[in-house]
Amino acid sequence: MDLSTRYLGLTLRNPLVASAGPVTSTADGVRKLADAGVGAVVLPSLFEEQLNHQATRDSYLASAGTESFGEALSYLPGAEFDPWPHQYLHLIEQATAAAGAGVPVIASLNGVSPGGWTDYATAMQEAGAAAIELNIYYLPGDPLIPARDAERRYTEILISVKAAVRIPVAVKIGPYFSSPGEMATLLDRAGADGLVLFNRFLQTDINPETFTVSRGFRLSSPGESSLPRAWISLLHGKVDCSLAATTGVERAADVAAYLLAGADVVMTTSALLRHGPAYAADLLDGLAGWMHRKGFTSVTELRGLLSAEAGLAVPGRTGYLSAIEQATHAFGSAQLSS
Amino acid sequence: MTRVTIDGNEAAVSAAYRLNDVCCIYPITPSSPMAELADEWSSKGRPNVWGGVPTVVEMQSEGGAAGALHGSLQGGSLTTTFTASQGLLLMIPNMYKIAGELTPAVFHVAARSLAAQGLSIFGDHSDVMAVRQTGFAMLCSASVQEAHDLAVVAQAASLATRLPFVHFFDGFRTSHELNGCELLSDDELRSLVSYDLVQAHRARALSPERPVVRGTAQNPDVYFQARETVNPFYASVPAAVQTAMSALASLTGREYSLMSYHGHPQAERVIVIMGSGAETAAATAGYLAGRGQRVGVVQVRLFRPFPAAALLDALPATATRIAVLDRTKEPGSLGEPLFLDVLAALAEACSPSSSPGPGRRMPLVTGGRYGLSSKEFTPGMVAGIFDELSRPAPRPRFTIGITDDVSGSSLPYDDSLDIEDPATTRAVFFGLGSDGTVSANKNSIKILGDAGQHAQGYFVYDSKKSGSETVSHLRFGPRPVSAPYLIRRAGFVGVHHARLIGRGEVLDRAAPGAVVLLNTPVPPSAVWESLPEVARSQILARKLTLYAIDANAVARSAGLGGRVNTVLQTCFFAISGVLPADEAIPAIKAAIAKSYGKRGPEVVARNNAAVDAAVAGLHRVEVPGAEVPAGYAGVEGAAALSLAQAAIPADAPEFVRTVTAAMLAGRGDDLPVSALPADGTYPSGTSRYEKRNISDLVAVWDPDLCIQCGNCSFVCPHSVIRSTFYPSDLLADAPDGFQSAPLDSRGLPDRDFTLQVYAEDCTGCGLCVEACPVPVRGVAPETAPGAGTTPHKAINLGTYDRGQVRRNVAFFETLPLADRSRVDFGTVRGAQFLQPLFEFSGACAGCGETPYLRLLSQLFGDRLMVANATGCSSIYGGNLPTTPWTTNRDGRGPAWSNSLFEDNAEFGLGFRLAADQQLALARTRLGELRDEVGTDLVDEILSASQRRESEYAAQRWRVTRLTERLAELDAENPGAPSVRDLLSVADHLVRRSVWIVGGDGWAYDIGAGGLDHVLASGRDVNVLVLDTEVYSNTGGQASKATPLGAVAKFAAAGKRVPKKDLALQAIAYGSVYVARVAMGADPQQTLRALREAEAYDGPSLVIAYSHCIAHGIEKDGQLLRNGMDQQYRAVASGYWPLIRYDPVTRAFLLDSPRPRLPLSAYTGQELRFRILARTDPGVAAQLAERAEEEIRQRWTTYEEMAARGPERFPAADGSA
Repeated sequence: MDLSTRYLGLTLRNPLVASAGPVTSTADGVRKLADAGVGAVVLPSLFEEQLNHQATRDSYLASAGTESFGEALSYLPGAEFDPWPHQYLHLIEQATAAAGAGVPVIASLNGVSPGGWTDYATAMQEAGAAAIELNIYYLPGDPLIPARDAERRYTEILISVKAAVRIPVAVKIGPYFSSPGEMATLLDRAGADGLVLFNRFLQTDINPETFTVSRGFRLSSPGESSLPRAWISLLHGKVDCSLAATTGVERAADVAAYLLAGADVVMTTSALLRHGPAYAADLLDGLAGWMHRKGFTSVTELRGLLSAEAGLAVPGRTGYLSAIEQATHAFGSAQLSS
Repeated sequence: MTRVTIDGNEAAVSAAYRLNDVCCIYPITPSSPMAELADEWSSKGRPNVWGGVPTVVEMQSEGGAAGALHGSLQGGSLTTTFTASQGLLLMIPNMYKIAGELTPAVFHVAARSLAAQGLSIFGDHSDVMAVRQTGFAMLCSASVQEAHDLAVVAQAASLATRLPFVHFFDGFRTSHELNGCELLSDDELRSLVSYDLVQAHRARALSPERPVVRGTAQNPDVYFQARETVNPFYASVPAAVQTAMSALASLTGREYSLMSYHGHPQAERVIVIMGSGAETAAATAGYLAGRGQRVGVVQVRLFRPFPAAALLDALPATATRIAVLDRTKEPGSLGEPLFLDVLAALAEACSPSSSPGPGRRMPLVTGGRYGLSSKEFTPGMVAGIFDELSRPAPRPRFTIGITDDVSGSSLPYDDSLDIEDPATTRAVFFGLGSDGTVSANKNSIKILGDAGQHAQGYFVYDSKKSGSETVSHLRFGPRPVSAPYLIRRAGFVGVHHARLIGRGEVLDRAAPGAVVLLNTPVPPSAVWESLPEVARSQILARKLTLYAIDANAVARSAGLGGRVNTVLQTCFFAISGVLPADEAIPAIKAAIAKSYGKRGPEVVARNNAAVDAAVAGLHRVEVPGAEVPAGYAGVEGAAALSLAQAAIPADAPEFVRTVTAAMLAGRGDDLPVSALPADGTYPSGTSRYEKRNISDLVAVWDPDLCIQCGNCSFVCPHSVIRSTFYPSDLLADAPDGFQSAPLDSRGLPDRDFTLQVYAEDCTGCGLCVEACPVPVRGVAPETAPGAGTTPHKAINLGTYDRGQVRRNVAFFETLPLADRSRVDFGTVRGAQFLQPLFEFSGACAGCGETPYLRLLSQLFGDRLMVANATGCSSIYGGNLPTTPWTTNRDGRGPAWSNSLFEDNAEFGLGFRLAADQQLALARTRLGELRDEVGTDLVDEILSASQRRESEYAAQRWRVTRLTERLAELDAENPGAPSVRDLLSVADHLVRRSVWIVGGDGWAYDIGAGGLDHVLASGRDVNVLVLDTEVYSNTGGQASKATPLGAVAKFAAAGKRVPKKDLALQAIAYGSVYVARVAMGADPQQTLRALREAEAYDGPSLVIAYSHCIAHGIEKDGQLLRNGMDQQYRAVASGYWPLIRYDPVTRAFLLDSPRPRLPLSAYTGQELRFRILARTDPGVAAQLAERAEEEIRQRWTTYEEMAARGPERFPAADGSA
């Protein structure tokens, strides 16, 4: 059984990729994932904004109480608080070593400044990252920002990072574009080596009892996979770059479904968090078992097999109406019987 | 050679570090920065000139440092140390050995006062004079440049002569003065310090390859002769030092000699002096000589061995009257050391028997003291001494700079003498510790230094750690600035906080026509009207030009919070004209890039924005009319106003109204000798008279929401939250606005409850708000309905009205206090009703230590004796002018004292020994007088149980009856010895509670030996360790309590060894009650542990987690606000398990549940742990992993211990 696949020009031993999350945030976690058989790992995103925030806060703390009292003109030894991500670079080095030769470690970057994107990307490359995933998490808070301007930001960042590094670069985007397909194509043309679909934006909750606003994060569930799967189906064959599916992978069947839709790799965090890193082996066993039952001998044979049909469902009016009819049938009767 | 602007400490250590292989260090003010720099350089791998990276090792005490140094020298390494004051004294035993063995080494000492009638961190020569007999050579530097140069000279001469050197300079005045300094390069150091001599030192090292015995025990037959063997070595020192000085001169052009003369070539009157005062004296002599006076100064650099010949060479033959000045006091001696040496040298030289003959006539020699504890020494004082020497019969002994109305020793002088170079710009800045004034000024000095100007900076800090005020003295000019005294008349006065301008001494520093910059939130048009009368008078009388800016607003809009340093620094450059504007602004920005670059581009950008906004926000204030208001009384009047502003209430004790008030008003220098206690004894409870009003936001109570739980007052570090309950009808007399609520307690109807905030003493730390368990509610602001809601609890931070607070507090203090016999001591709710007898200390806002002390004072205050180790708690507990340990309404309260840093356990044990001894005497005498006194009373007293509060009350009542009866007996039969005897010790019949209090530096390090011994003594003493896990008071140096992976000074590369488990060590004795507590995690357990410790009739040890500013924690931008939450996290992560061990039941109790947070949930909140992850993530990760493992192992051990039966713990009496 040949599970190998190509992603961002890299050869992976299988299409299951551990995406950015708590498990990939330590070398130990990465080692466990590699032992469980994943094809590659994506480290958690380095957030430039957070680095800046921490540097500012730590700099404030370092000067706290200084030059006030004759016996203690400072309270900590001189230390540097520049927002340089030593820890992250160290994680890349450690994770690369822990993952071993056959499992590429992909660094993930969420910058805010033009210099931040390129400088950090270069540093990630130097630290040994096999590829970089740009996690462009940009929510135009100003309601008057034109869509084109927002979109241009994505391509500009990609182009500048591509110009700065030799290693492949993937872009992780969200679905909230007027025309996500065009956006994907623009990124493809701008040089993206891969697209990761989709980012799940953090959203706020309001608690009406305590008058508090929380910024929570929920693990994804298989029900959420239809949107990315549909877009992968649609883009399969229409872009040159690799396609990575993420969101809603719980069972081996979910992995298979994404591959059938046309994904080159399938990423998961939620399942690994719910079941532990070793669960990757179960997913891979499940995938191999399914392929065996269905008579596939390699991932290449099955990739995108259903992309044409699955892809049509998204924009087609027919598919939409048919879905509504099915829903009316299912939920309408349920309501009657309750 | 590189020209830099640095302080004396850095100048000295720059040479010392590069010339040595090993530094054995221990923190002590003002020398600590030398050790800190050495540690930092070593951790960064900076090499010395011999090609290695010096090893820097922190020891457990200065005694330990001297021991390690001695060993390292014997091992052949060039070794140094840095110390001061009592620290140097702890090295004395080893100093004799090191000198006796002819071992070259240099100790660099930032000379400081010794603790005598009181401790002082400031500079004089008391410490170095106490080692002049050890056999060390002694070389004294007078300036920053000298501190660098003579550090090298000392090292070279030490190696050349084989004698160890003390190289010293004035603490603070030189050690902390910023000035220009030419640093010698590594090559220059190598050319000045012979490598051959380094080799020779190594060759003398102990080695099994060529074994010898050193350190023999000698007998009467040879010891004496052996002691005399060293004389030729001492004889060689003056020449060797001069040779090294000459080599330096030929390399650098900087000429030094053992004794330098300055002044009139045919001087008749001469001052002999050493240290920074010599610069002032020399400059004054030069000034006076230029005006025809035949005066001069001999500056002593080599003090030991005393170079008599050099003195005679330096002294003009015309000198007939000499005043020798010592910066030390040697009570009971004929005179101070330098005086005696000079006198002896001259007497010998002039004696008829002297060879080569008495060419000289013996001059008249007088001896004077000056400058103790950094007391100012000014040109006016120097002139006053010269004047005294002109008198027909000058005083043979004198003091200068004080008013001695007790012994009449002080000389008069005119302090208005100004000899400074008119080309020198003088500027004084008054700021708050938190606003960055000092760092901005340090920056300005460097900017001007880089721009080719000569610059000097000196900074005066506060005696309080919270709300502290700073004064910066800056001089700039085209010529070198050598004026080691404060600026009296400044051309520029920066007032960085509006309230400071009301202090008379602020504008007192302004020269006529000076420019004043005021930071005030008041709009330009209203500034003049907003000024206090004293300031307006001073501005008009001196024709001052006033500028104003709302620097806080500018800083806030630039995102700098309360740090107004950059804004005000820019204004200074804009107004003062010390640099052209087009040069100044880029220079400020370059300095910002340099000082903040390592803190990230964001910080740099914000500061640059502040620079740009500053000039725009600056405006000149129109001063109306030029008439000085009628009634303006000049400077003296301003002084009187200052005193009045100290606002001491009329009912305060006289000492407070006169002496304390003068200190508070900044006029302590004017107090005469007679005003001060001769034995260092001061009245208790004076902090209540110093209403500092340091925070605009204070705790504000909402009676409607309050559940009266007591949590807020339990955590309050400054004891500003007080509770009481009282009959409701008393409220009839309450002032309007006095807050109360019905008492929420069963069984006490018709009572009201008041939680009174002493807002004028509140630091606004917010710990109370965090501790309030009432759920947050959104409350619409009253002023703007619908404007949104603010989170609100039963206690919140808000503004206050001073008048209202004063009225409320005054009424609150008339309300009855809860009867201690009826308060439930066992609960937080109950404990809030106990009066704190520790209040309003100067500790940091949000301090983690003081809540424990407040609780101690509430529980046991009226029979409490505290032995307090030196450290934070001795400073906020005992630093003048006002102190926090106070008395209850009966006048009883904690008796507090501080002995030393190292001996506190022993000191406290002494309290117990005396108490036990006097109790035994009292009981004996009571038995003897049983019939006379009354059998019932005596039997009751002798058999009384004293464990519960009601029992104490009853015993106190009985003892009062006893003393009344004894007074009657004494009257009946005056002088009966046993009656008098009993009267003198009867107080001891009420059991005393002896507490030994100190920090981890004391308990884990310097005092560990004594603590161990005292815990093993079996005596009834209680030890409270306020564990901040670093030496907090000296600025956060690592101790053995510092946790694995934390970064601290002296552990700049992260602590590599886990914290010592002091609790387990004590438990091993079996006879010690031991508890580890953390108030923020479990206040109830803290309360229980303190009470159990006190009740146990034997030694007790309570180790209390104390969050600290050195941990680097904040919440919502407010330092330490999450301190109690961090305590919770420390416990919940298993880092700080709460335990109690009771030696009576032999039960080990694990009071905290199993770890339920990862360690990172605790460490991740603290900068001390985060730093290493930034600088060395690999090591940080490794240490974090080890720390997790450490916690797991310890937890397992503790769980196993908690499961043990009593038979598996040692018995208190040693039986099985």
